Amino acid sequence: MIVPAPYHLALSAVLFTLGMVGVLVRRSALVVFMSIELMLNAANLALVTFARLHGSVDGQVVVFFILVVAAVEVVIGLAMIVDIFRSRETVDIDDVHLLRG
Amino acid sequence: MAVLFAVVAGLALAGGVGVIASRRPVHSALSLLLVLGSLAVEYLLLDAQFIAALQVIIYAGAIVVLFVFIIMLLHARSGEEPRLRPVLPTAWGIPLCTAVGLVLLFVVAGAGRPPAATGEEFGTVQDVGRALFSRFLLPFEAASVVLLIGMIGAVALGKRLPAAATGAPPSGSGEGGR
Repeated sequence: MIVPAPYHLALSAVLFTLGMVGVLVRRSALVVFMSIELMLNAANLALVTFARLHGSVDGQVVVFFILVVAAVEVVIGLAMIVDIFRSRETVDIDDVHLLRG
Repeated sequence: MAVLFAVVAGLALAGGVGVIASRRPVHSALSLLLVLGSLAVEYLLLDAQFIAALQVIIYAGAIVVLFVFIIMLLHARSGEEPRLRPVLPTAWGIPLCTAVGLVLLFVVAGAGRPPAATGEEFGTVQDVGRALFSRFLLPFEAASVVLLIGMIGAVALGKRLPAAATGAPPSGSGEGGR
């Protein structure tokens, strides 16, 4: 581990913040989804860094499970986006407000 | 190695900005691919060979391709037109996100302990697999159930609606519920 851990963790923090900005400011459901993937990957990077820092492989196993959940989440989410697009002809999240009181 | 890290980190950050700043969804997807590829190299730098391979196969190989497929499917209509009102007012959103980012940076800057010594086979498929099939066997089996549920859910969602339900007007409240 030639590069110290705080550099990796700082990269992870900045990537997470970028993903958060994307979720908050973008309106296309697809881009919001990609920003969520960005945040998941930032968390993965932090987990792998800590796994290396502590010399334990458990963090990498958790990353494996996050990968599984992310794959399922993408499949379900994109199916929902396609479904919404079919019935409402839009992927703009502000036009989908059926639950608004 | 430090140079490699600097290059990879720069590419990842550029990709991250590209994901949230691109006008067209396809450009966002390609930027996401750049981020994921850079992170795979990062994992190699952190002695996580197995995770790096999974990152390339699952994320770059499957998830990004799925994104591109969906963008192609929704094609012309998925373009995002510039709108006046953002979800969060910019005057609020930018300081809020900056504050959260600074808090994150402050927290991680304290993780300055020296890295533990690891053996030659740390992070290999054997090493991760041994942990996965001994201490993490139950979560591993649960993951298979999650994948099955995801598959069934995608099929159920992807089935075409009956003709009566598809014709719901865009402004109507009666979306064909299932």
